[in-house]
Amino acid sequence: MTTYSAVGLSGRDINDIIRRERDDNITFTHVNGQRFIADAMKDKTVTVEGIAGNASGAYMDGGKLIVRGNAQDAIGDTMNGGEIFISGMCGDAAGYAMRGGEIYIGKDVGYRAGIHMKEYGLDKPVLVIGGVAGDYLGEYQAGGLIIVVNTEGVVNPLGDDYATGMHGGKIVVFTDCEPKSLGGARVRGAESGDIDELAAYIDKFCALTSREYDDIVSRAAWIIEPAGRNPYKRLYVNN
Amino acid sequence: MEYIRARFEILRDTDRCNGCGRCVRECASGAHYLDESGRLRASDCKCVDCQRCVETCPTGALKIALNRNTFHPNDNWGDRYVEEIHRQAATGGVLLSSMGNPNPMPSYFDRMLLNASQVTNPPIDPLREPMETKVILGRKDRRITRGSDGKIAPKAVRGLTSDVPLLFSAMSYGSISYNAHAALAMAAKELNTYYNTGEGGLHKDFYRYGDRTIVQVASGRFGVHADYLNAGAAIEIKMGQGAKPGIGGHLPAEKIAGDISATRMIPVGSDAISPAPHHDIYSIEDLRQLVDSLKEATAHAKPIIVKVAAVHNIAAIASGIARSGADIIAIDGYRGGTGAAPTRIRDNVGIPIELALAAVDSRLRDEGIRDNVSLIAGGSIRSSADMIKAIALGADAVYIGTAALCALGCHLCRSCQQGKCSWGIATQNPELTKRLDPEKGAARLVNLVNAWTHEAEEIMGGMGINAIEALRGNRLMLRGIGLNDRELSILGISHAGE
Repeated sequence: MTTYSAVGLSGRDINDIIRRERDDNITFTHVNGQRFIADAMKDKTVTVEGIAGNASGAYMDGGKLIVRGNAQDAIGDTMNGGEIFISGMCGDAAGYAMRGGEIYIGKDVGYRAGIHMKEYGLDKPVLVIGGVAGDYLGEYQAGGLIIVVNTEGVVNPLGDDYATGMHGGKIVVFTDCEPKSLGGARVRGAESGDIDELAAYIDKFCALTSREYDDIVSRAAWIIEPAGRNPYKRLYVNN
Repeated sequence: MEYIRARFEILRDTDRCNGCGRCVRECASGAHYLDESGRLRASDCKCVDCQRCVETCPTGALKIALNRNTFHPNDNWGDRYVEEIHRQAATGGVLLSSMGNPNPMPSYFDRMLLNASQVTNPPIDPLREPMETKVILGRKDRRITRGSDGKIAPKAVRGLTSDVPLLFSAMSYGSISYNAHAALAMAAKELNTYYNTGEGGLHKDFYRYGDRTIVQVASGRFGVHADYLNAGAAIEIKMGQGAKPGIGGHLPAEKIAGDISATRMIPVGSDAISPAPHHDIYSIEDLRQLVDSLKEATAHAKPIIVKVAAVHNIAAIASGIARSGADIIAIDGYRGGTGAAPTRIRDNVGIPIELALAAVDSRLRDEGIRDNVSLIAGGSIRSSADMIKAIALGADAVYIGTAALCALGCHLCRSCQQGKCSWGIATQNPELTKRLDPEKGAARLVNLVNAWTHEAEEIMGGMGINAIEALRGNRLMLRGIGLNDRELSILGISHAGE
């Protein structure tokens, strides 16, 4: 592993190092909000100690981005593959339009996490949120899986207007209180098949955050799914 | 009870008709059919006036006319309003149209005249003298940096270089067919200009045209991934479109089949929704972030275009974009085309490209940032004269979409949203798409652009100008006709006779 201090480096400098460095395992210490870290990265493991700035991990296509700390907005925007782990909190629009890969966030996320998430073929993105989510979780979601683990057991771990315009994919929420059905989405209690599908991701989340699997699945799980895949079909008439 | 009036009537000359039935096979709308006794019949209410049957009828027996049957004439409540109300009353739907605003609104291109030299500054004969029509689009850096060897260092971001001041504008695979995209790509390569993927991703077959491709990124991010971003010569961020400012894209599930699904990277049967807002952009600073993240994803090697619709305050918007790190601003006027847009939006939202372009160019010059960006103007460039006028108003180049489709055979029936294009352009039905031969289509596009270029050279030669860059923003070459003081002042031109 090769370690660099990020003091005095811009996001662009950091990416230049990532592209140039022959070691596949690179750590940056003292990162303080530098943006775009590991954008479009394909195959390395980058560890950030500190705060990853906006749009870090955007267009990522493989490899791993590990953030020991918090991250700002638009993490993993249009991500296509690979893994992002953020030990702390995350700002708005995490996982915007991600199509593949996995994002694990230890604590809370801001607004519009998982907006426009989509899936195609074998690419199925997964966004795991350890804490609670801000408003508009899974807006326009077209595919993939969002899991709200809710480690602290908050009664309502979702903000307002989640799943607005959702037309594919699934949101799973662990909470003792059934979420309301909003807009075009349906809410139902999880069945054992649902949990089996999640188990591997929850296992991984537990390993990353040193938590117990049983503590998480002991809470009731709810599935939010779209009511239809073509929400606007009846909206138009030919002219 | 439905009251859908036929807009057109199909006139068949029975003396000429030999009953071959070609019209039945050619009509994608099902307007021609054989009745039970085998006689050719026509159903007027299905006709969209695409002219396919007229052009392919071997005996010239067909004509399409406006329906002579009229509603009770009323200049205020025109037939169109009554018809549209009937459609909405029957369905409760939002009216959906396609192509650009067809209404009789003022065209400023038609109210501007060009100059020619007479005595003091002689015209140039373009057949004899060299004329430069090449444009380089992107940031014009005034500073010259030198390497340690003292030589001028190459620019980090190379501009787009086109042999003609004209690029094919964004039309997605999905809104138009594979063959139409192939024709655009081949023509762009031969002409040394660019075509634009639109927001539907880049088909794997077309990566080989990458250096002549502009790849687009819209809010839905369809088909966007690292290889796609790096495949193109430039990346265009679509913030808006002239035909539907403030409205996003919505490709219905019926059109998402096979290759379209693979290219957009979304499942078959799912709607492709890309709403107008990018939900991570609420300010110029946020736009800058997307510009920068795209630059990071492509190692700062490619110019970034930001495309916006021409709307109120466009000059202030463009000023912000010019400071966002974007290299090129594309402005799309309210007459720009579309594969589908709500009728009311298409016909009522946005402003003319002529006024928007003049306002933006003036503003950027006033602020001393005109060289930060190049400007591409689109939104109903119908001829080489429109192109020249746009350049004289301040554009570096123009985008053509509708004109390119017309070169491919489009007759502007404005029915793209139905996905039944008889000319094989705005459809995914394999029986229809095969009607468009990509190589012949490309040849027609090349012909069109070459013809416009020759015309542009003649117009420039007449002005005594031998390089397109000397025409850019050269508003002395324009005069208004029948325009009021306010219009002249926004356009920054004098009236004819002044």
